[in-house]
Amino acid sequence: MEKSIESVVARYAVRLYIRCMAEAGGSGGGSGLTELVLRERHEALGARFAPFAGWELPLQYGGIVGEHEAVRERVGVFDVSHLARAWVEGPQAASLLRSVTTFDVTTLPVGKAHYSLYCNAAGGIEDDVFIYHLPGDRWLVIHNAANADKDFERVQAVAGDAASEVTPETVMLAVQGPAAVTLLSSVLGKGFAALEPRDCAELDWNGTPVLVARTGYTGEDGGECIVGADRAADLWDALTGGGATPAGLGARDTLRLEAALPLHGNDIDETTHPFESGLGFAVSLDDEAPFTGREALAALKAEPRTRRLAHVVAQERGVLRSGYAVHAADGGEAVARLTSGAFSPSLRIGIGMAYLPAQLASPGVNLTVDVRGRALPVEVVRRPFYRKPRQS
Amino acid sequence: MTTIPDDLRYTSDHEWLRRNEDSPDEAVIGITDFAQDQLGDVVYLDLPAEGDEISAGERFGEIESVKTVSDLYAPISGEVLAANGELEEQPELVNDSPYDEGWLIRVRISDESELDDLLDADAYGAQLPAS
Repeated sequence: MEKSIESVVARYAVRLYIRCMAEAGGSGGGSGLTELVLRERHEALGARFAPFAGWELPLQYGGIVGEHEAVRERVGVFDVSHLARAWVEGPQAASLLRSVTTFDVTTLPVGKAHYSLYCNAAGGIEDDVFIYHLPGDRWLVIHNAANADKDFERVQAVAGDAASEVTPETVMLAVQGPAAVTLLSSVLGKGFAALEPRDCAELDWNGTPVLVARTGYTGEDGGECIVGADRAADLWDALTGGGATPAGLGARDTLRLEAALPLHGNDIDETTHPFESGLGFAVSLDDEAPFTGREALAALKAEPRTRRLAHVVAQERGVLRSGYAVHAADGGEAVARLTSGAFSPSLRIGIGMAYLPAQLASPGVNLTVDVRGRALPVEVVRRPFYRKPRQS
Repeated sequence: MTTIPDDLRYTSDHEWLRRNEDSPDEAVIGITDFAQDQLGDVVYLDLPAEGDEISAGERFGEIESVKTVSDLYAPISGEVLAANGELEEQPELVNDSPYDEGWLIRVRISDESELDDLLDADAYGAQLPAS
């Protein structure tokens, strides 16, 4: 067990980020990993770090399952400062952004955030993004870390000087869980308490501007905060002091997978299109406005699906992992490979996603996954894997 | 701080072995506190069945945590007398109690001389990375 033990953390990190790094063109390679502004806070909490898309991020603190459960049952805080943040400003900002993203952001009211995609001319997904519409014709776009450079180039190509990156000067914290809104309201005040889901706003926190949105990537309620690097430690301390459990990249991955939220570079990429990956809601074709990929996406939408991103749950003990082959129940050639897989801490069973041939991508279909030589039975289920209990 | 009990024997692969005081040809095998800490939350184990033979230095099963999967290597050769059935429902016992409730298999030792190749607590502790 010697070699694997000594490299477990590194191996996990490789699994998570290997494809992202390939796309990032090796930025941050070698010893040039970017450290988080709050690095000392994470170290003091006993974080174990792993490389991810050019950053060195906390993989876990106490343990992935405990952090996962804290977010499902109470509230957790993630340092997600690796997510790239770019502004596009001015009266033309909405139409400029519309020309590079699939969602019609010109319909997005002030104070609202929305999920969207960057597609290529063939309709393949180059990244998935969140766009915030703030007062004063100011738009903030959140990009995946692995795609940060090419995403910013995409925006800058149409917006020129109206686009600016703010990633290094700010810290982004995601506060997630059933108690997250209460905690954020007590820390940030009435301004946060007034927000509805997917609202965004710039609040004054003891004289410091904090940009907040009621968004997240865990399937839980909560919010994400962007604050200047100089006040970031104070905000982190207020959140953890208020009861938020620090949570790392490991729990972020199991939480988002339980919520069936795709990870770019794993579940969606240039070779997949929004209608087969369940992201058609992020594509607006009703307006006449041109945007990159529009013609291809219109054609793809009209075609019958040949495959769909499907969700499978193990029927026996065992862990599904990215890359494992999926077979029909009676064996034969592999029909797909898992794009994501994990042990679900909430369901206590293996879960995964794969692009299955359309005739197999229906709930109730039985398949097997090759788990290192063992044919593990799985069943296709409706997404998400985990749905939070209804509040009574 | 990782725990390394004095009364056990160890492999450099992070397994431990405890001889049965009453029947010295029997031993219990598990993974060390260091190993469980590095693996993180254990969620699945594939262990041999009663009657299976294991060979010193050879793979005898695998252990899977939320973040990774790792092979298990036998400290000594012998016949498997039992696997810890509790771990099917509670694999987390390996994390909570690596030297006691989280034991993996019980074996009948076939070659006592192999015990000489195992490490004592001091030697095992000395080869762990400094933390």
